[in-house]
Amino acid sequence: MHKPTIVVVGNGMVGYKFCEKLVAKTSAFRIIVFGEESRAAYDRVHLSEYFNGKSAVDLSLSTEAWYAEHDIVLHLGNPVQEINRSTKTVHALLGDTFEYDYLVLATGSSAFVPDIPGVEKDGVFVYRTIDDLELIKAYAPNVKKGAVMGGGLLGLEAAKALIDLGINETHVIEFAPRLMPRQIDSAGSAMLQSKLTDLGLNIHLNKSTAYIGGSHKIEALHFNDESALAVDMLVISAGIRPRDELAKLAGLHTGTRGGILVNEKMQTSDESIFAIGECALYENMIYGLVAPGYEMADIVVNQLTGGSKLFYGYDMSTKLKLIGVDVASFGDAFITEPDCRTIVFEDTHKGIYKRINLSTDGKYLLGGILIGDADAYNMLLQTVNNKMILPPNPEDLILGSRGDGESTDAGVMSLPDDALICSCEAVTKSAICGAVNDGAANVDSIKKCTKAGTGCGGCIPLVKDLVAGTLKANGVYIKNVICEHFDYSRQELFDLIKIGQIKNYDVVLDHFGKGDGCETCKPVVASILSSLWNEVIVKQDTIQDSNDRFLANIQKGGTYSVVPRIPGGEITPDKLIVIGTVAKKYNLYTKITGGQRIDLFGAHVSDLPAIWEELIDAGFESGHAYGKALRTVKSCVGSTWCRFGLHDSVSFAIEIEDRYKGIRSPHKLKGGVSGCVRECAEAQSKDFGVIATEKGWNLYICGNGGSKPQHAQLLATDIDKETLVKYLDRFLMFYIKTADPLTRTATWLNKMDGGMSYLKNVIINDSLGIAESLEEEMQQLVDTYHCEWKEAISNPDMRKRFSHFINAPEEKDPSVQFDTMRNQVKAKEW
Amino acid sequence: METLTEINWILACYTDDVPENGGACIKHGDEQIAIYNFTRRQEWYATQNLCPHKQQMALSRGMIGSSGEHCEPKVACPFHKKTFSLLTGECLSDDDDCQIKTYPIRVDAGKVFIGITC
Repeated sequence: MHKPTIVVVGNGMVGYKFCEKLVAKTSAFRIIVFGEESRAAYDRVHLSEYFNGKSAVDLSLSTEAWYAEHDIVLHLGNPVQEINRSTKTVHALLGDTFEYDYLVLATGSSAFVPDIPGVEKDGVFVYRTIDDLELIKAYAPNVKKGAVMGGGLLGLEAAKALIDLGINETHVIEFAPRLMPRQIDSAGSAMLQSKLTDLGLNIHLNKSTAYIGGSHKIEALHFNDESALAVDMLVISAGIRPRDELAKLAGLHTGTRGGILVNEKMQTSDESIFAIGECALYENMIYGLVAPGYEMADIVVNQLTGGSKLFYGYDMSTKLKLIGVDVASFGDAFITEPDCRTIVFEDTHKGIYKRINLSTDGKYLLGGILIGDADAYNMLLQTVNNKMILPPNPEDLILGSRGDGESTDAGVMSLPDDALICSCEAVTKSAICGAVNDGAANVDSIKKCTKAGTGCGGCIPLVKDLVAGTLKANGVYIKNVICEHFDYSRQELFDLIKIGQIKNYDVVLDHFGKGDGCETCKPVVASILSSLWNEVIVKQDTIQDSNDRFLANIQKGGTYSVVPRIPGGEITPDKLIVIGTVAKKYNLYTKITGGQRIDLFGAHVSDLPAIWEELIDAGFESGHAYGKALRTVKSCVGSTWCRFGLHDSVSFAIEIEDRYKGIRSPHKLKGGVSGCVRECAEAQSKDFGVIATEKGWNLYICGNGGSKPQHAQLLATDIDKETLVKYLDRFLMFYIKTADPLTRTATWLNKMDGGMSYLKNVIINDSLGIAESLEEEMQQLVDTYHCEWKEAISNPDMRKRFSHFINAPEEKDPSVQFDTMRNQVKAKEW
Repeated sequence: METLTEINWILACYTDDVPENGGACIKHGDEQIAIYNFTRRQEWYATQNLCPHKQQMALSRGMIGSSGEHCEPKVACPFHKKTFSLLTGECLSDDDDCQIKTYPIRVDAGKVFIGITC
């Protein structure tokens, strides 16, 4: 039987999605795809992540094997050069001619490069493809000052990329009087600008570039207002241009400002030729987002398989994180009074701006803008799209309910069944709830069976709430159970193991769990066992996370790092020399850590015991950098040397670090002790922080650096050392006993009913009557401290575990390879 | 359908070389093979040592366990916790279609043998 042939021109996200949707529906067509780039379709939405660690492989959407599996002929690096409509053929660059029955143009867009003298100079780039990114990356190491032309969405993404590349001074040049003029209003732009300026970005508005100066490579930007800016690199991100040249050449109708004209069937002026994605112009509009592109692909698939689905434009609401700042705009963001009523919330201190536009009768939400905090975006967008009647106090939508805490999942469940939750994959609320009712009980399984959340991922919080809401509606009681093997929360399991006096993982599993365990519950139980009984963790080595199993952190390339404890950051010259000698002998990379100690990287697993033997001989102990345990207690130099110091912060830090070292907890613990209010030890960013006062010490708890920094909160003022240690004992033990797995103290406190006042009551006023037993339990852990490495090296059986090949213990892993950088080793790139 | 291929059993190691409910790595020519001693189930498994996700020689250092109602035995890579079936080598983590190689394995009088197809 003759199969009609579909030729797809372009292998970007939308072209790929078209193929995916088509083969999912029918195998009645022969499909031939032509791509201009040498790579198969990849995720352009998350392109900037290429600079913080994602590889081209991570970004790829499909493999060549996938095309082969579905009998799709894929021509990469072979763009179509010409379409001959009378013979229904395309002619590709590498010389061949192919017949088509239907042609789908998914040629996308290219970066718009304004006609400015000097754009051809070295150091001027565009930001569009992985190849562009590679050029930028190769050029960046010698760049001190970089600039991005364009303060729109893509321009700010490019600016983030320059920051990620380590360019110290990054400028953004925008022609318009504000940032992101297409998405947000001027008040929102101003807020965004001040946040970005705080983050170190230099923003220049109202600047039109006259020419790019420099002899051979770029040296400066010269503006029409006679001013100039010295830069050694420029990334142009001034907008996109639809790739319509092929269509034009073939005589298809195109828009005056570019774009291939299509009707609601996505048909061009030739009815056997379709255009989808950023090259298509529908009712004078180019849709430069991926979701509408996917919708267009779906329309064409539907048309080709006998359906009658039509395209009626698409919601252009977006939410994104720009350089760490949430920016969202949805519905009709720009409508102004008197056509609507507007509620604005502005907090210049925190950098939050929220605006919602209501219908004049106050019943419906029309649209809005969120800067700095866009948590409410999904729900607000749903409220607009589903024309939901607003509550009597619509300001609650952006301020949060300030009365009795109504939970938000009720809101999600009140959405109509046909509410579109995942716009990338067009999945409705009823599809998701239906999947839950059919047994998909978590986000991962929803992703698998409905594809919701697999595109941009923006809807995942909503999906989560829907899953939880549906389960709840079905009468399923939801608690934070550990995993499929244990139907208990960590706190419950902690108590059960304690009451049962159980010391072995398999026994715990036999008593309280089912199956054979997994990588989630094993380390949780290991941590509980350790917090309760404090036995040598390597006795049950295979239930420990890899880092705890080898008492070292596994690093890129499969080597391990070695971190000896340096309490309070104090170290003698002799010990420093030992570290240097060991590092040299075993060819290790050395770096000072943020916690005032020294990391040694690049150790072969088989060298670990010998390295530690030498360190322990010199008086070092394990630093527990590999464990969910106390890391460091950072200190400032204190009153022994500092002219401002009030008390001896170093001695106290050492005392505290020695007290709590080795104790296993739900997550890592960090502390700090500062000798005066200048706070050089940054104690308020730690799980516990101590600051000297005239009269004694102040104790702060539950601070956190990391991705969501949070200041520690004051627990007690002007207390003496003994009281402080007592409070710390109670606080840490209470945390160890009650927190969920991998929950830092800050998050633990945030989730605690009653918050800080409750915790204060438990610790200081002993409101639960457990203070004494918390202290005893802690003392028990302190008394049973042992250096794990000392135990490991003195036990031949344990030592044997530290070899890569058990049948060739003297051989090292040949796949471990190093490069050099600044005269030290570094792991080879993966 | 079954195809008959010649299996060459090689002595990989001794049973007490591999930790209980854990893995270890052996070298066979240029190949690295991970061997798992699933004591809890009285079972042994062998797979390639390379995790295909980030090309790390690491699976033998991963945690083993089971997944799902049928208790499919699995190993989790210590790097990013991608999990693979010890029976089929299939990747069990969400939307990932990479696959690892598995080897037949048998234990006889304290010795562990791996089947290499030639």
